[in-house]
Amino acid sequence: MSARILYIASNTFREAVRDRVLYNLIAFALLLSGAAIFVGQISIEIERLVVVNLGLTAVSLFGIVIAIFIGIGLVSKEIEKRTLYTVLSRPVRRWEFIVGKFFGLAGTLVVNTFFMAIGVFAALLYVAHKFSKPDAFILVALYFIVLEFLIICSLALLFSSFSTPLLSAVFAFSLFVIGSFADDLRAFAALAPGVARWFATAAAYLVPNFSSLNVISAVAHQQPVGLQLILQNTLYALFYTAMALSGAVLIFERRNLK
Amino acid sequence: MTLVTAGGVTAPFSLLIIILGHTSSPLLDTMAAIEILGLEKTYMVGFWRKRPKRALLPLHLSVEEGEIFGFLGPNGAGKTTTLKMLMGLVFPTAGSARILGQEWTNPEVKARIGFLPEQPYFYDYLTARELLDYYGQLSGVPAKDRKRRIEEVLDQVGLTDSKGIQLRKFSKGMLQRAGIAQAILHNPKLIFFDEPMSGLDPLGRREVRDLIEQLKLQGKTVFFSTHILSDAEALCDRVAIIHKGELRGTGAIEELTSSVQGKVEVVWQGPQIPASMKALSAECHVSGETVRAVIAESQQDAAIDALRRERRRLISVTPLRTSLEQYFVEKLQHSETTAGTIA
Repeated sequence: MSARILYIASNTFREAVRDRVLYNLIAFALLLSGAAIFVGQISIEIERLVVVNLGLTAVSLFGIVIAIFIGIGLVSKEIEKRTLYTVLSRPVRRWEFIVGKFFGLAGTLVVNTFFMAIGVFAALLYVAHKFSKPDAFILVALYFIVLEFLIICSLALLFSSFSTPLLSAVFAFSLFVIGSFADDLRAFAALAPGVARWFATAAAYLVPNFSSLNVISAVAHQQPVGLQLILQNTLYALFYTAMALSGAVLIFERRNLK
Repeated sequence: MTLVTAGGVTAPFSLLIIILGHTSSPLLDTMAAIEILGLEKTYMVGFWRKRPKRALLPLHLSVEEGEIFGFLGPNGAGKTTTLKMLMGLVFPTAGSARILGQEWTNPEVKARIGFLPEQPYFYDYLTARELLDYYGQLSGVPAKDRKRRIEEVLDQVGLTDSKGIQLRKFSKGMLQRAGIAQAILHNPKLIFFDEPMSGLDPLGRREVRDLIEQLKLQGKTVFFSTHILSDAEALCDRVAIIHKGELRGTGAIEELTSSVQGKVEVVWQGPQIPASMKALSAECHVSGETVRAVIAESQQDAAIDALRRERRRLISVTPLRTSLEQYFVEKLQHSETTAGTIA
């Protein structure tokens, strides 16, 4: 990896930290500790299920919101404020800028997820008093959530490379919602008649498949996650991210910075 | 065998000196720092983007190494578009350019140039020192030199005392100084300034002028765009005038301002304007005890005699030359007239 990508990534991370993005962790900690105490008082036998479900869903939603709202501004804000001029007038390739920005945001989200994961495990310990072996699969669910973030980051970057921040947010959030029902979408597409079936199937496969990355419910029910799914989801997420990033680079390479 | 040259230096050694750049060769002397070869830009505007709007007509321009070159024009003339194309921020519709002997699209050439955009805005969550460190990293300044270099340029632009303050707390003038610092941080051979004096108070403008002169003394080439003609006249070796996307004229400052108007300015001290001076139909302006009169060059001797007779204290007699401003206005008016005639 070029050193310049690393410098751009670390500056993006620094921006997120200094713009107090990680303050969301406080809101998350308050939500989770409040929920753990509340659940501990009203639930019998299902405290663990509720805390894991609530905790991981909150990790995912907090992260998605951050990914979209920072991601859409990564390029457009730099163009609007003209900070990009002094970066691209140096020996920095445009693709390096996009990739650096992506890694910076991805790094922010990984750090964010790490602290939120500590919160989830702390809440779990509070209600269950001890960890059990299936709790290790919570780590897999968290890993899948990070993969989700990578895809969303790359899509937010793709949209922000040609669209306004508002539209980019709408596109990215819509894709997240649609992608969460990707399995259902594919099943519906298979039912369509004739040529429409091909188009519907193509469209269903084009949206990111977030439903296969969502194992929160299974993990909450202490069901194991297979190695094959882990490998499959890893390859899928990396491929999808690479494609979306390539699209962002292709558009940005041709863009006039007026 | 080694040949001994007139200077007593052996031939292989002198060759080595030339290669290392410690002496000049005719080839190196004539190399242009910037060669713009027909760069042009047309934007497609309107809802369907079908209406062409020419921001820059084919531009041919050459800037020699080591000179301060002024790119002059009113607002919206195409100066910033030209600079953005040279920086690779905007893609030209046609044409090309060479910077420091290399294709302008070559990213490596950017390690040898500095750029200050118009009304610069930087990452305001960084301090001045962090900003320069980041730009130093991107420009490939080695870590061991970076710290020293940052201190040097901060001192040069007068920001040493503010180096630890976040840029969001900087005034417009301080931001402009930070912008100049980032443009010269990596010791570039060629520096592009887009309106470098904008936002600066008179003292700040004077400091920037001095800085640009220092850069020239260090052998650097400076290309700066401005619409403030006095800055250009004071600093530039050569200027180009651009208006409505078209190059209207180019030349050395002395050439452009050397044409004598056939009039002289006579300045003297005295309580009132003598009748003999009035008889020469002089245009007189009184300022306290000092009188300034403009007369025809042919009447210069008669005016001096008249002042002697009246026992006035003569201060100066100066031929009036065309100012850069007059040249600039003439070029712009000429183009308007031509356009009107064509229309």
